[in-house]
Amino acid sequence: MRHTTRPAISVAALLAALPASASDARYNLQTPVTGIAEQIHGMHSWMLVICLVIFVGVFGVMFWSVFKHRKSKGAVAAHFHENTTVEIAWTVIPVLILLGMAYPATKTVIAMKDTSNPDITIKATGYQWMWGYDYLKGEGEGVRFFSSMSTPREQIEGGAAKGAHYLLEVDNPVVVPVGKKIRILTTANDVIHAWWVPAFGVKQDAIPGFIRDTWFRADKEGVYRGNCAELCGKEHGFMPIEVRVVSAEQYAAWVAEQKKRMATQAQPAAPQASASTASAG
Amino acid sequence: MSAVSHSLEHGHHAHQPSGLMRWITTTNHKDIGSMYLIFSFIMFLSGGVMALTIRAELFAPGLQVVQPEFFNQLTTMHGLVMVFGAIMPAFVGFANWQIPLMIGASDMAFARMNNWSFWLLPPAALLLLGSFFVPGGATAAGWTLYAPLSVQMGMGMDLTIFAVHIMGISSIMGAINIVVTILNMRAPGMTLMKMPLFCWTWLITAYLLIAVMPVLAGAVTMILTDRHFGTSFFNAAGGGDPVLYQHVFWFFGHPEVYIMILPAFGIVSQVIPTFARKPLFGYASMVYATASIAILSFTVWAHHMFTTGLPAAGQLFFMYATMLIAVPTGVKVFNWVATMWRGSMTFETPMLFSVGFLFVFTMGGFTGLICAIAPIDIQLQDTYYVVAHFHYVLVAGSLFALFSGAYYWLPKWTGHMYDEKLGKIHFWCSIVFFNITFFPMHFLGLAGMPRRIPDYNPMFADFNLMASIGAFGFGFSQLIFLAVVVKCIRGGERAAAKPWEGAEGLEWTVPSPAPYHTFEEPPVVK
Repeated sequence: MRHTTRPAISVAALLAALPASASDARYNLQTPVTGIAEQIHGMHSWMLVICLVIFVGVFGVMFWSVFKHRKSKGAVAAHFHENTTVEIAWTVIPVLILLGMAYPATKTVIAMKDTSNPDITIKATGYQWMWGYDYLKGEGEGVRFFSSMSTPREQIEGGAAKGAHYLLEVDNPVVVPVGKKIRILTTANDVIHAWWVPAFGVKQDAIPGFIRDTWFRADKEGVYRGNCAELCGKEHGFMPIEVRVVSAEQYAAWVAEQKKRMATQAQPAAPQASASTASAG
Repeated sequence: MSAVSHSLEHGHHAHQPSGLMRWITTTNHKDIGSMYLIFSFIMFLSGGVMALTIRAELFAPGLQVVQPEFFNQLTTMHGLVMVFGAIMPAFVGFANWQIPLMIGASDMAFARMNNWSFWLLPPAALLLLGSFFVPGGATAAGWTLYAPLSVQMGMGMDLTIFAVHIMGISSIMGAINIVVTILNMRAPGMTLMKMPLFCWTWLITAYLLIAVMPVLAGAVTMILTDRHFGTSFFNAAGGGDPVLYQHVFWFFGHPEVYIMILPAFGIVSQVIPTFARKPLFGYASMVYATASIAILSFTVWAHHMFTTGLPAAGQLFFMYATMLIAVPTGVKVFNWVATMWRGSMTFETPMLFSVGFLFVFTMGGFTGLICAIAPIDIQLQDTYYVVAHFHYVLVAGSLFALFSGAYYWLPKWTGHMYDEKLGKIHFWCSIVFFNITFFPMHFLGLAGMPRRIPDYNPMFADFNLMASIGAFGFGFSQLIFLAVVVKCIRGGERAAAKPWEGAEGLEWTVPSPAPYHTFEEPPVVK
């Protein structure tokens, strides 16, 4: 997708980058890395432009009036108080603009809802206050782990300097291969949470007792960070999401490593099988 | 004027208690209106203190001022206090004072019920604020009180549920009173389509209140029984559904948004024509637009729930319905601008607040449209962008309109002109600090900062710092308003019966201050 608004946004981003440390999203949505996030990003930019044009039009008229039609400048009040043509025009034109906005949005909604034919299916379970992940289908099936925030308490309480990924780092990140369709099933153990990774354009509530789903296909390797987005109690601000998008080979290596880890960890939980797993490990 | 002097005399003869008992037993719409306004201002300051504590904690990354649990209590109570304690009662206060004066009625239709609807509020407020001091503290489930989180809360939650019940009863009684007053007590000759727009917007708002307050009462009652009586409305393990709560809550919650803004539209529609010295443009279309907004408000509730996983058809329906609301709202904005166009304008404080309302509220309208687009909303839901959006429509919308109305009618209420210079300072401080506080929140939300978190990554630090500085500025600016009102009550230049050159309406035909009893004999409207 190409956006005519990009130059304006990059100028703003450049200005913003001057005082603060480098960050790719100072004044706009985070840089998209999935097709859906790209569509959302583009749609938002377009809507901003349309709103800006309407804004300048309406308030241009208003401020012209504010400065010209003042009693102190000798303005004498006119007496008109209705005009059917004008009133019909400013009812119909907005409807047309809205139709123009609704069309691309409808296409995106339908695309976002299409969770069919995933390469890998992962269940994300919200807990107070961490995430649990189960790789249910596809490469890595059977991998499961918990993921909690890894920012040390001293950083939060001011005893230590804050790291770059303060509050946005976890002990066990989700790892997925680049370019594959990942379906995320969400549910929760206690209260409602929400699984949100802004760069993917994905936010899905995790509802206790119910399964919901969403999907993404990341086009670029990297580490992407998000938060729980539904108030879930005391530590709501401290249950981040970290997703590492890696190459197919790296993913295969990670899966092998996870399988090994799980085999060793299963040992105390299943004492009868301990001899065989230990020798296999 | 003979009716007026007669009523003055009558006021002297009436055997009414004095001192505190006057206020407890009063059935006079002006007394009750004043009590509503004072009550809502006290609640506004209480909610403001909570907001400033929140902004103090968010001043810099890290936990400095409060712990997360108390932080969540503050965000929850700030919302509840401002919505149910400050904004809604303030508009009812305006309705009490102004509707009888504007339609030429002697009082509200049910004067004793009017007393009761006000006096329910202080106990409700005590329950709400008192819940901070019970074991476990106030509810920390967010002002939306989503289940199952609200089912987990301590006894503060129960106090909040009872407070919401009581405030709901108060609102319903107030609304019935307004509907009956407007439909039955208009002066001869005042047809519905001759009514001042403020009365129209309140009539429609009152119907909304009667329709949705019982829905809220139902939602919180189901939480209460889930908490204590073994029901499972919102518990999947017992066959319930947590999302059901959200559907019921927002079926109340979205019309509630318009309950808080339609009377504001009414005030602005009185003020702008007065200071433009020109009749309101498109009166009839204003009435129809208000009614359309009210009807549409029942069909858009699930746009608060785009991330709950609605089916595609549901998302599309609620997206289209929400976008449609932009049409009547746009008509209103265009009508106000057309009213100003080729007027003969002066900019006293009421007009400043109305023009400020128009300018800043419309920005909130644009972000509302952006949030209506389901895919974009999925990115912005529960972020600071939404916080910015609803403060643009609730603070710059409802609150600025309330200030506009207060300055506009203060001379009628007190008999004195307020201090114009201080009023203008109040306006400029409010609008500047408002934007310093809330504009950066759009960027925070876009960049990915969730709402309702006590701590954040340092990349959000500078905008949060800015917002906190703005918030303190905004908060302290409101003390100027307090000073203006106190000064105006105590004295000042005598106000004429009609202090504003371009003002029209029955309220300006009675002296300032408005006598205790007015329109005992109805005026005739041509």
